[in-house]
Amino acid sequence: MSAQPTSQSGTQSSTQKVTLAKALNMGLRASMEHDDKVLVMGEDVGKLGGVFRITDGLQKDFGEDRVIDSPLAESGIVGTAVGLALRGYRPVVEIQFDGFVYPAYDQIVCQVAKMHFRSQGRSRMPMVIRIPFGGGIGAVEHHSESPEAQFAHTPGLKVVACSNPVDGYWMLQQAIACDDPVVFLEPKRQYHADKADLDVDATPAPLFSSRVVRRGTDVTVLAYGPTVKTALKAAEAASNEGRSLEVIDLRTLSPLDMAPVYESVRRTGRAVVCHEAHVNLGMGAELAARITEECFYSLEAPVLRVGGFDTPYPPSRIEEDFLPDLDRVLDAVDRSLAV
Amino acid sequence: MSHTSGFGPDLAEVFGPSQQDGGPELVQLLTPEGERVHHLPPEFAQFDLDFSAEQLRGFYRDMVLTRRIDTEATALQRHGELGIWAQLLGQEAAQIGAGRALRPQDHVFPTYREHGVAWCRGLDPLRLLGLFRGVDQGSWDPEEFHFGLYTIVIGAQTLHATGYAMGMQRDGVVGTGDPDRDAAVVAHFGDGASSQGDVNEAFIFAASYNAPVVFFCQNNQWAISEPIERQTRIPLYQRALGFGFPGVRVDGNDVLATYAVTQAALQRAREGQGPTLVEAYTYRMGAHTTTDDPTRYRLSDDVEHWKLKDPIARLEVYLKRNGLAEGSFFADIADEADQLGATLREGCKAMPDPRPLSMFDHVYAEMTDELAAQRDGFAAYLSQFEEA
Repeated sequence: MSAQPTSQSGTQSSTQKVTLAKALNMGLRASMEHDDKVLVMGEDVGKLGGVFRITDGLQKDFGEDRVIDSPLAESGIVGTAVGLALRGYRPVVEIQFDGFVYPAYDQIVCQVAKMHFRSQGRSRMPMVIRIPFGGGIGAVEHHSESPEAQFAHTPGLKVVACSNPVDGYWMLQQAIACDDPVVFLEPKRQYHADKADLDVDATPAPLFSSRVVRRGTDVTVLAYGPTVKTALKAAEAASNEGRSLEVIDLRTLSPLDMAPVYESVRRTGRAVVCHEAHVNLGMGAELAARITEECFYSLEAPVLRVGGFDTPYPPSRIEEDFLPDLDRVLDAVDRSLAV
Repeated sequence: MSHTSGFGPDLAEVFGPSQQDGGPELVQLLTPEGERVHHLPPEFAQFDLDFSAEQLRGFYRDMVLTRRIDTEATALQRHGELGIWAQLLGQEAAQIGAGRALRPQDHVFPTYREHGVAWCRGLDPLRLLGLFRGVDQGSWDPEEFHFGLYTIVIGAQTLHATGYAMGMQRDGVVGTGDPDRDAAVVAHFGDGASSQGDVNEAFIFAASYNAPVVFFCQNNQWAISEPIERQTRIPLYQRALGFGFPGVRVDGNDVLATYAVTQAALQRAREGQGPTLVEAYTYRMGAHTTTDDPTRYRLSDDVEHWKLKDPIARLEVYLKRNGLAEGSFFADIADEADQLGATLREGCKAMPDPRPLSMFDHVYAEMTDELAAQRDGFAAYLSQFEEA
């Protein structure tokens, strides 16, 4: 990556403390500086900088040709991005909220995902579809959903989820550089939550790789996006009770990077998957199936899933009951260890 | 003569009695009787050309060969060589007029029925058959032919066309004044697709960005079984006004008028003046596809009425009456059509089925390890049968 932004502080010029929102903004900026084919498209992404300000200042610096305020039509956004990609551009599409992606679902599943296959490799779709996902912000209906499994289920799409500012910065640039379409999920609850030290001169891990974020010996907890923080909190609480949880941030949902997962589960013999999406046919189902297939003789207990209930996302006043939290993760850990 | 849907007023009631034949604003240069006329608005007058005999014979040849591709493919489907075929019978003039108006650098986004436009783009018609035979999903390079892959989802390609046109704007190939450089896009769709959100969104995007795109709607009156009055209560071309760009209705069975109007719209787009909606008023003489049975929902006298407006017959009359083609010309074209038919028959039957493992080949630009493993597992599974 070239043309990295520089820090204001003099001592450690390449490291700065940033939120996820700022890191994503910096990542977009770096990609746009690096490759003039990169375009940003979406509702309110121009002057406003997006409703979450992820594209803040980009239109001012890169112009209206590269930061395109679109009509309020998601299918139109993704459909025209298909055309721009066919023309050699690398559109980065912002879907304003997870629940607004469905008008574009047809374009994503029938066009974006299949174009490369249909054209026998002649037409590429180097597109990134950014979706703020997950709940916990007290929003109205359609603003708190976790649709990742619908995209991970679709061949032709790659799906990743960042969980922290450092990953956000690097993974977004890597997704933009990827020649395949990437659905890029951003935990909206984390946008302005925590700051992290971002070293823009560091070497990032490969995009489609999982990462052990806390070592442990008793139970492996698998998480991604917003639930990584939940899992880490659970691991901290468990350690006070003398239980050692290993936490893996999956980062990539399609393709899955299972090697670190298998290695971990063979050591611990136990696994708990945690996501905000509905459990039924969610990522946890696929992870449980794969772990069972590959680690059957190492397993001491069934793989357990902790996730959103199989109801529509509830009114925000009870959303914390719907979302998996520290206690539900620990409950699953208890059940696993009780076997 | 006018069809009745049973769910509301019929065509004549909605559009007025003159609308069955296109209404007073229909652009026409060659009548169904083969008479050369000049019925077009003044802004298109410069495209009302003094067509050369060679050009007219070229249009005739294109239309006859396109019709042969269509009838041959229909026959191949009846013989089980194609799974399905989308017929264009009756729409030859609309497609050849639109196709021949293109410059090499222009780009086309077709539906699944633009066999005539594909012909104009130099695509071997055999390559169209792969999709309908089920051996591929589009076998040509869109950039090589400046002709996109057939799009099955109704209207989706109008947005792709608009985005592609937006790309042209950014590439600086619009409004430069250089005729070899300035380019535009033609988005094909039908009357049914005009109800799709994607098409309406494409209109909005194209208008908003002044994109160099020509929306070419072949209004063939029928979306499978639904008549045009189920899709619209105003003539389709008039919708453009509401989106902020001009619309024009042209006799889609008149190759000269279609050619002239498409040229005018393309010229406008290439010059940077933005989109145009061209409604080519025509009729689907055949079925929607070979799986459809139009006798279940429309009257044969409607079809008979449109038979009198046949696009090829009227040009043949004009050529003969004005001594623009010798008798041997028509015989030669008929021979060429027979040869094309034979080539298509043989070529279609010779098309091999794809290898089972090829389904894994192009899922991603960069193959994933897990898909590769799945493929290898399937290969091992298949190899068991080979050994046995």
